Amino acid sequence: MSDQRSIRPLVEVAELSVGFPVVGGSALSPAGGARESGDGPDAPPAPGHAGAARAGTAGRGLVRAVDRLSFTLEAGNALGIVGESGSGKSTAAFALLGLHRGTGAQVTGAVRVGGSDVLTASDAELRRIRGGVAAMVFQDPLSSLDPYLAIGDQITEVYRVHHRSASRRAARARAVEVLDRVGIPDAARRSRARPHEFSGGMRQRALIAMALSCEPQLLVADEPTTALDVTVQAQILGLLAELRAETGMGLILVTHDLGVAASNVDELLVMREGRAVERGPVRTVLSAPREPYTRTLLAAVPRVDARRANGANGANGVSRASGANEVGRPDGPDGPDGLDRPDGVRKLHGVRDAGVVVGSGEPAGGKPLLEAVGLRREFGKRGPRVVAVDDVSLTLHSGETLGIVGESGSGKTTLGRMIVRLLEPSGGELRYQGREIGRLRERQLRPFRSELQMVFQDPVSSLNPRRSIGESIADPLRAAGVLPAPRIVARVRELLERVGLEPDWYHRYPHEFSGGQRQRVGIARALAPEPRLIVCDEPVSALDVTTQAHIVRLLGELQRELGLALVFIAHDLAVVRQVSDRVAVMRDGRIVEEGETDAVYDDPQHPYTRALLAAVPLLGGAEAAA
Amino acid sequence: MTSYVLRRAAGAVLVLFVLSVVVYAVFYAVPGDPAKLACGPRCNPAQIAQVRDQLQLDDPLYTRYWHFLQGLFAGHDYSTGTGVLHCNAPCFGLSYQNDQQVTELISQRLPVTASLGFGAMVLWLVLGIGTGLLSALRRGGTTERVLTWFTLAGTATPVFIIGLLLLMVFCAQLQWLPFPSYVPLTESPEQWAWNMLLPWIALALIEAAKYARLTRSSVLETLADDHIRTFRAYGVSERAIVGRHALRGALPPVIALSALDLGSIFGSAMLTETLFGLPGLGQLMVHAVRDIDLPVVVGVVLVTGAAVVIANIIADLLYAATDRRVTLT
Repeated sequence: MSDQRSIRPLVEVAELSVGFPVVGGSALSPAGGARESGDGPDAPPAPGHAGAARAGTAGRGLVRAVDRLSFTLEAGNALGIVGESGSGKSTAAFALLGLHRGTGAQVTGAVRVGGSDVLTASDAELRRIRGGVAAMVFQDPLSSLDPYLAIGDQITEVYRVHHRSASRRAARARAVEVLDRVGIPDAARRSRARPHEFSGGMRQRALIAMALSCEPQLLVADEPTTALDVTVQAQILGLLAELRAETGMGLILVTHDLGVAASNVDELLVMREGRAVERGPVRTVLSAPREPYTRTLLAAVPRVDARRANGANGANGVSRASGANEVGRPDGPDGPDGLDRPDGVRKLHGVRDAGVVVGSGEPAGGKPLLEAVGLRREFGKRGPRVVAVDDVSLTLHSGETLGIVGESGSGKTTLGRMIVRLLEPSGGELRYQGREIGRLRERQLRPFRSELQMVFQDPVSSLNPRRSIGESIADPLRAAGVLPAPRIVARVRELLERVGLEPDWYHRYPHEFSGGQRQRVGIARALAPEPRLIVCDEPVSALDVTTQAHIVRLLGELQRELGLALVFIAHDLAVVRQVSDRVAVMRDGRIVEEGETDAVYDDPQHPYTRALLAAVPLLGGAEAAA
Repeated sequence: MTSYVLRRAAGAVLVLFVLSVVVYAVFYAVPGDPAKLACGPRCNPAQIAQVRDQLQLDDPLYTRYWHFLQGLFAGHDYSTGTGVLHCNAPCFGLSYQNDQQVTELISQRLPVTASLGFGAMVLWLVLGIGTGLLSALRRGGTTERVLTWFTLAGTATPVFIIGLLLLMVFCAQLQWLPFPSYVPLTESPEQWAWNMLLPWIALALIEAAKYARLTRSSVLETLADDHIRTFRAYGVSERAIVGRHALRGALPPVIALSALDLGSIFGSAMLTETLFGLPGLGQLMVHAVRDIDLPVVVGVVLVTGAAVVIANIIADLLYAATDRRVTLT
């Protein structure tokens, strides 16, 4: 067998096609609901196009998720498969383990892993390959483990599938051993814990431990760090590299994040609509991409190490500077907006000073639109209370964007919700246009509701699936009760057009739209009552990079046009850098550092900020993209 | 955990208190004269008046309710003409019909209903989970369609039809089983089970359909979960996946529901009991309501009410025990 391996590559995929039968207009895919792709006014909604992969319809009622894909992987090497959602990258990865068997998917071509033909192998043989030869690590470490069983028992079970002679005791010991190896502290005791008692990072470690227990030759990792915080992501990627060096196993890393791929694989395969667009050594593909699509993709990636480019800086009075921006700055797919803050202004504000309000839209020292002093929020009634936000002070001017970054649990969403008064602060003051609104009751808040709006993270669940998008946008207008009914419809159509959707889509339902389009609907809904401040809570984190760029640009345009104040909450440091005038870094409910964006990113003062920035995977030599 | 149970128990007491007040009020307003019914058809008005007096039926509602509460917590003395009958707390009073203590009546009947309920539950769980699992695994096949048809037919048929059919076939025609008559478990476990078999089957057939559907949908739901995919991707056999992971995830709601159903059986098994001639609580209740025998009605209502409330608490505890992510607060 080892001879065979030395001759043949570890993985050989030839002319692989995977098609899903279309049922009632939508494709059934075992790959699960990946994020929607496709966006922009140029992409009209095809009714009922939901589904992870809808690369193209081939034949009758069959959606081709993967289309004649071929690649090989030598033993011990690492291949990154990148692409936007719906590009078929996960579907292809699933095919390596024969996971499409029995799902109704039509798989053609050839897949050989470790010398065995996965597509024609017997069920017993396939079970041996799964885990024994190629093990898989999944995206969401919470849902990928059985919630009812102890983690150690789950690893024990899998180990005994591949080591039938092993006693239960020996298998348990092995489970503790691999848990210890992946860095679970006090592994013997923690192996009896259930998944919900583990943090996200620990769950992913446990899943990697499960893979490790079988000693596979190949690890297939499907978006292994997408659900994790950036510092945890760095730890997990580090662990994977370590284990690879130790065991010599090959890696197929499926990811939408080019930065993650850049530093962790040898070769890169760019997929689009089920096909391989480009393949080559990772440095070459990133620094000198041959295909226009790869270039577009690279250009759309927000860069944490580049200054803000297509300015969302909403200066009403700031002149439109020429497009002369720094070299290598990424822009939206459509090129630079040609907007930037004049260099003089940048220098003026270059000095970080927490005490001085840096506003771009209005002269510094002008009256702030919103002011929070010592804001605090606790949760829980009995017992120890959880302090989600602790002593947070900030100011925000009209036309200004304040970015709030932090890892999960840092309190940024709680803070955002307090700002629009979806939550009542437990302490501190919250002043809007000089008036204290932190303690107002619902009735007294009514007049402020129109002025303070919110855009939510998940454009799917934040729209009522049973109401047409037009009705959803009209809701806040009706609630405000200012416009007469006929005017409301006209206003909604106006809004739809403004956010780049067709006015005639008023009567369509959320499921008919892509993720980016839904987020445009969410923005239109926030805009409807003519607010002066919008809190955007992770508005682009569920979207593909090219879609992200569209949405970010739309927000910038709207800000300039309407003089809006924006609070942009995100865990993605790169996106925040590209949209914010000022940025606040949150940790454990507190703001650990705040200041002018470039100052914070270029010269972070707080150790935590430095750790966060250091953990962001960099694209490296993608300069040639522009 | 302990404080959770205590708080729930306090809530249960409140529920039962309200329940007793409601029953008193309803029976006070109901037409018909309990004294006339208690005395019998050949009583003259004078005798009826005497009975009325003896049963204290002319007292205002709150006085009677007060006596009831007194009896419940402190016991009560009743004059029987010749002497004094002491009724120990908790005393629900004496039956209007035969002067028997209600507590005694209930404690005679309770084991019958409990035997019926527990036995039927075991059977409906086996039947329901079995068919549910089978139809989940054979989804879309003939097996599933046949099973669905059977369980539907079971639910749709009233218990007296199923019961009569069972009696006709197994007792009258084939004579495999005796016509049911209750034999206490303590007397002869074998006879007890043998006699209860038909009532169990009749009740279980009706409940099983619900469990089959619940099991089927939760197994299917669990099979679609991401963690099932994980174990498939690690070569775990389909059998182990279903037995160890899918069923494990599907069971908590089934167990919780069966605790609830068992509780409500205590109050709703009268049809089955009447049909099979089992002297259970349901039968007692039917007779008591017909005779406007208020003490018996209140007693049975409180006992069955307690069964439902306790079953609710147990259902929640079981849910938390089967799903460790649930914490009771």
